[in-house]
Amino acid sequence: MSINSTLLSAKGVNVSFGGLRALHDVYLDLHSNEVVGVIGPNGAGKTTLFNAICGLVTPDSGSFSFLGKDREWPQTNELAKLGIARTLQGVGLFPDLTVLENVMIGAQKFAKTGLISAGLGRNKSDEAELQQRAMTALERVYAGALADRRASTLAYPDTKRVAIARALVSEPKVLMLDEPAGGLGSQDIEWMNGLIRNLTSSMSVLIVEHHMDVVMSVCDRLYVLNFGEVISSGSADDVRRDPAVIAAYLGTGA
Amino acid sequence: MIQFINALLISIGAGSIYALMAIAMVLVWRSTRVVNFAQAGMALLSTYIGYELIQVTGNFWISLPMAMVLGAGISALVEILLIRTLIKHSTSGPVAGIVPIIATLGLLGLIRATIGFIWGNQDVQIQPPLSKVGFSVGSETLALSPMNLLVLGTVLAMMLVLGFIFQKTHLGLSLRASAYSPEIAQLAGIRVAAIRTIGWAIAGAAGAAAGLLQTVNGTGALSPDSLEFSLLLTFGFIAAVIGGLESLPGAVLGAFILGLVLAITQIYISGTLVFIVAFVLLLLVLLIRPQGVIGAKVGRRA
Repeated sequence: MSINSTLLSAKGVNVSFGGLRALHDVYLDLHSNEVVGVIGPNGAGKTTLFNAICGLVTPDSGSFSFLGKDREWPQTNELAKLGIARTLQGVGLFPDLTVLENVMIGAQKFAKTGLISAGLGRNKSDEAELQQRAMTALERVYAGALADRRASTLAYPDTKRVAIARALVSEPKVLMLDEPAGGLGSQDIEWMNGLIRNLTSSMSVLIVEHHMDVVMSVCDRLYVLNFGEVISSGSADDVRRDPAVIAAYLGTGA
Repeated sequence: MIQFINALLISIGAGSIYALMAIAMVLVWRSTRVVNFAQAGMALLSTYIGYELIQVTGNFWISLPMAMVLGAGISALVEILLIRTLIKHSTSGPVAGIVPIIATLGLLGLIRATIGFIWGNQDVQIQPPLSKVGFSVGSETLALSPMNLLVLGTVLAMMLVLGFIFQKTHLGLSLRASAYSPEIAQLAGIRVAAIRTIGWAIAGAAGAAAGLLQTVNGTGALSPDSLEFSLLLTFGFIAAVIGGLESLPGAVLGAFILGLVLAITQIYISGTLVFIVAFVLLLLVLLIRPQGVIGAKVGRRA
């Protein structure tokens, strides 16, 4: 794949919930090794767009392509195989499992034994490999020391690291982060920015974020949604100067 | 003294069978959020199949594991054909959440009718593979027979296997994660639909073992409207609730607590009070510790 080829592309996406139009003719392209941000006021449709890509919401219409091939919208259970990983706004760790186990769950696609033969105990090498991969992913987010803790005992910023590790462990081509900086202090945000920039050497990152500082400093390109439509897109500077964006954020109507 | 020792021994014997049933109910609840009222019916069907296998092979020791495998298959089919469809299509309206639960009541009737149709309404008899005469110490006879030991051994083996699966395999990890949150599990790449079916299958195997062992440990008689199987469902469910309905170790602990309380009632008070005492215990747990004896105060557990 050549540098900057289009990795993921969505066009003409329409989603409605009953009578409510959540997305209207939305489009988005993600090239390899770039960070793209989706921003917009509350209720603009950012998370709905993520959910459509993840198979949690079925679009009424719209086309989807991945790795240059047109295809159906992905089903949630295909994402890991396709190479798409996502974190959730609410973090979504399993509180009763250890940190290592939480991350191992994201690595299931590398297990060679099927579920049933694993249940029959024929999985020694698999378990070791999954643990190894999980540990590597944890170290990548500097959370290796937390491996044996129960997830419910972690401090909030640490849960965010672990959630990212669980997404990274599947070695995705596209990493989707839903509000990675939400609820973090400035030091953690700085750390998160650095991490996201580093990740682009091996994957592309798609971010939904409220935090303008984060978006402006890490994203190569931005899409601005308002009332379910793309009102602007381009580099951070372009978007910042776009009158339509200023109007949307100041609420004066474009 | 010997009376008290016997109460303990009876409680362990009865508790182990309730434990198998409670394990089945917890597995089904965790994987699909369904209280399976047909669990005992499915166990009854598996026990009739076990009876046929014993007729054909003449060997209890081969028939027990075979009945468990077939019980797992039946349970998996019920999940795939009935429960999965109902969960998928009943998504709105006031009864949406309980449609699959009501369906298991219907399934119970269907299974009983089917059994009556195939095997008739007369009792069939299964011979016990081991002696049911209690061991004696001096002049006293203990309420512990080789048959009781078989039941206990099977339950322990089943618990060890389940413990291994849940703690040491990625199947177990998937089962635990899916029980906590199917949505997040799916996003993380777990095939939740397959995991649900496997949860039901393991429950079916545990139920089959409970049914067959209870029958050979009891009178050996088997009929489509067997009272013993209705009690098995009731006591298994109460044990699961005592354990918090979410936890497998909790279900086993709940089963032994229930077994002990019922054995003491039976020996020191009266056998006719057993049912009432069980319900009082259930009500007390629901009022005082609705999260179960070892449950945390959270909705779902991984």
